[in-house]
Amino acid sequence: MTASERIAGTVANYVDERTGAAKWMKKNLTKVFPDHWSFLLGEIALYSFVILLLSGTFLTFWFDPSQREVIYDGSYAPLKGLEMSAAYASTLDISFEIRGGLLMRQIHHWAALIFMAAIVVHLMRVYFTGAFRKPREFNWIIGVGLLTLGIVEGFLGYSLPDDLLSGTGIRIAEAIIQALPVVGSYLAFFTFGGAFPGEAFIPRIYTVHVLLLPGAFLALITVHLMLVWYQKHTQYPGPGRTEKNVVGYPLFPVYMAKAGGFFFIVFGVTAFLGAVASINPIWLYGPYTPGQISAGSQPDWYMGWLDGLVRMAPPLETYLFGRTISWNILIPGLIVPGILFTGMALYPFIESWMTGDKREHHLLDRPRNAPNRTALGVMSLTFMLVALINGGNDIIAITFDLSINQIMWFSRIGIFVLPPLAFVITKRLCLSLQRADRDLVLHGRETGRLVMMPHGEFVEVHEPISPEKAWLLTQHEQNPPLALEEIDLRGVRRPGVLKNKLRARLSKAHAVAIPKVTAEDLKAIENH
Amino acid sequence: MSNEIEAIKDPGLPAHVHRRADTDPKAALKAERQVAILFLLSALGTLTLIGSYFFIPQDAFIFFPVLGNTNAHQLFLGLGMAASLFFIGMGAIHWAKTLMPDEEVIIQRHEFRSEDEDRADLIATAKAGAAAAGLGRRSLIKRSLALSLGLVGLSPLILLRDLGPLPGDELKKTSWKAGTRLVTDPGDRPIRADDLEVGAVAQTLPQIGEGVHRKLSDIGKDAVLLIRLRPEEFNLDAERLSWTHEGIIAFSKICSHMGCAVALYEQQTKHLLCPCHQSTFDVTRAAKVIFGPSARPLPQLAITVDSEGYLIAKQPFSEPVGPSFWERSS
Repeated sequence: MTASERIAGTVANYVDERTGAAKWMKKNLTKVFPDHWSFLLGEIALYSFVILLLSGTFLTFWFDPSQREVIYDGSYAPLKGLEMSAAYASTLDISFEIRGGLLMRQIHHWAALIFMAAIVVHLMRVYFTGAFRKPREFNWIIGVGLLTLGIVEGFLGYSLPDDLLSGTGIRIAEAIIQALPVVGSYLAFFTFGGAFPGEAFIPRIYTVHVLLLPGAFLALITVHLMLVWYQKHTQYPGPGRTEKNVVGYPLFPVYMAKAGGFFFIVFGVTAFLGAVASINPIWLYGPYTPGQISAGSQPDWYMGWLDGLVRMAPPLETYLFGRTISWNILIPGLIVPGILFTGMALYPFIESWMTGDKREHHLLDRPRNAPNRTALGVMSLTFMLVALINGGNDIIAITFDLSINQIMWFSRIGIFVLPPLAFVITKRLCLSLQRADRDLVLHGRETGRLVMMPHGEFVEVHEPISPEKAWLLTQHEQNPPLALEEIDLRGVRRPGVLKNKLRARLSKAHAVAIPKVTAEDLKAIENH
Repeated sequence: MSNEIEAIKDPGLPAHVHRRADTDPKAALKAERQVAILFLLSALGTLTLIGSYFFIPQDAFIFFPVLGNTNAHQLFLGLGMAASLFFIGMGAIHWAKTLMPDEEVIIQRHEFRSEDEDRADLIATAKAGAAAAGLGRRSLIKRSLALSLGLVGLSPLILLRDLGPLPGDELKKTSWKAGTRLVTDPGDRPIRADDLEVGAVAQTLPQIGEGVHRKLSDIGKDAVLLIRLRPEEFNLDAERLSWTHEGIIAFSKICSHMGCAVALYEQQTKHLLCPCHQSTFDVTRAAKVIFGPSARPLPQLAITVDSEGYLIAKQPFSEPVGPSFWERSS
């Protein structure tokens, strides 16, 4: 027995004598996690969050969240003697006077971008593989909540330095608040402690950014992880993997080493980016004043789609009874995002309603085997992508020497035309892939070897695929659509005819599939 | 499901293939050394970090291809930190992948739904509890509780009232009055018509008393852009034309869409462009919106000159400046 074995034993004994948790700990130390690269995406988000907490704490030691006016007297010569807020001046000090301060600022900002990117890609993985299905609907909703909070938290974070670019972002946020019918101007005055920009906003969002939202994040992430732990991770289909088991590696030591190591890798990569890739050089923008602006004003990427929607909105306002409703702000800034995020949060329930499937699912879908869901996902992504492209229309116009007006018109038309097109194309691609799977199982792999038959015909030799592969390509369920007759068995018309018709149609669309190969098909071909 | 009967059979978990390090002690030793090297690289990274922190001056610059001229202190500090973290991770994962057991383990799942008996028990308990509380029967308690719970939510709203003053007519007025001089921003110098050449643009603010501090919230409403064209280039009605002075026209610089500073002026086309959302305004036609999401022209400020020849506002803005709000009448 080595020393480390002895210590491990002693620790286990010590803890159990004080908690009586031996059984529970044993169960959890040997808990099995399935291995797949796509399961690391959520981990990246988690680790970025830890990096954000660490680097953010460092920044709070020097950042002064105040809009009190000061005269800058630091080592950055171009801004010397300028009037600016204490928030901006202290951010300059962190960048130029505090050793490692700029590095930490850049790590913090890069970690925020990676955090959001990891959340989005993790969400896509969960969506396209159907991991949100029963019993994981709660975790899906928590995830959508984390995404939403992340957008807000990120926006508040890059607003804090009070530079010209971030101040412009706050101005836009103020305009959105101000555009709310009835309560808008009141809410704006309460938020800013008076007329924009006032002197209250930065200190207020500082509390929200470093206390309120991180607290909410911690709570939600804890529940998110506890649910993953308790419900056990989903796994990809494959030989030996069923709805009833989990195949993978035990938590201790393999998974701890891998996940712990991965934390350091994510932190290392973020530090590397912070070291070599300059981000948000606020000293170039200057202090915020509402009368000035820099060309090419861009939000961080996760806000870009929202800005893109606002940019492409038609110039519509209603003036009625001495009141104004700004559709050009409300539709792209609140109504469309509201519909998108609500729809996203409710999707697990919508799908279960369409398919009538109320069973538990622990085996993931291959995206091609759920063509409707996959197509809907690609359609939503296309919508976001068009919006995001339009959010960078000025940068694209300058980079590629295009007309900004043409890009805007491309987006205005594209946002309606491209998503449905993406839906149709994706659905067909999925079905084609299913067809290819079927061919592969039935006729085997193309070997690339051509053989001339005695009668002169050339044929390519096919090789049967392995039973493992054949299983992978045929393990999925193919359920028939819901049978919702308009008239029930007793000859009475069902209530809610329209609703049922819609449900039946959706269910039918959802069930479209190329029939998978059965054992009988294979037998028939062998006897052929 | 009927198709499960005739489906292709699950061949089961494939047989485990051993790694070289599992069978060959030499390979295991090699893997161990690799892990150690990775951890040592991390230690080297930390030393780089310490060295850079104390010995590279903060204003030292170094040229690197691709990166260009870079601050050496910041760069090596960051690279040291990156290496110190990254290689710990690489070491741990290499260790796990080469030396820790890699045989897949299977555990069983259980359906989350409890046994029917337990469920019935729970439902009965819930029902009994609800009955014991008797909310259904005691409607007086139910209603008064609903009332108090509904009202208790109001207190945080009430307590937050002092977050800010009521808007009043703050959004509707600016500092511009009849006779207010336009002064340059920055510089606070009054402007004569001759100071502006045809085609020139100037950012201005209303003149304030010597030593008075200009608030940012005032700049957010008062910023005005002066543009000088040839008078014949205007395409304005008589009233708006009378608001100009010798080809000089003044607009609020605060975008009528979302309040950004409309700062991009294109001399050739005489268009003003807001860099935030690309609302484009035609200067010759009183800042009419010709592209983008803004629904209203930029408010025009009527200007003239005073007895000393300095540009002044003829009257306050005739409409609120900046983004729309509910109480705006047009």
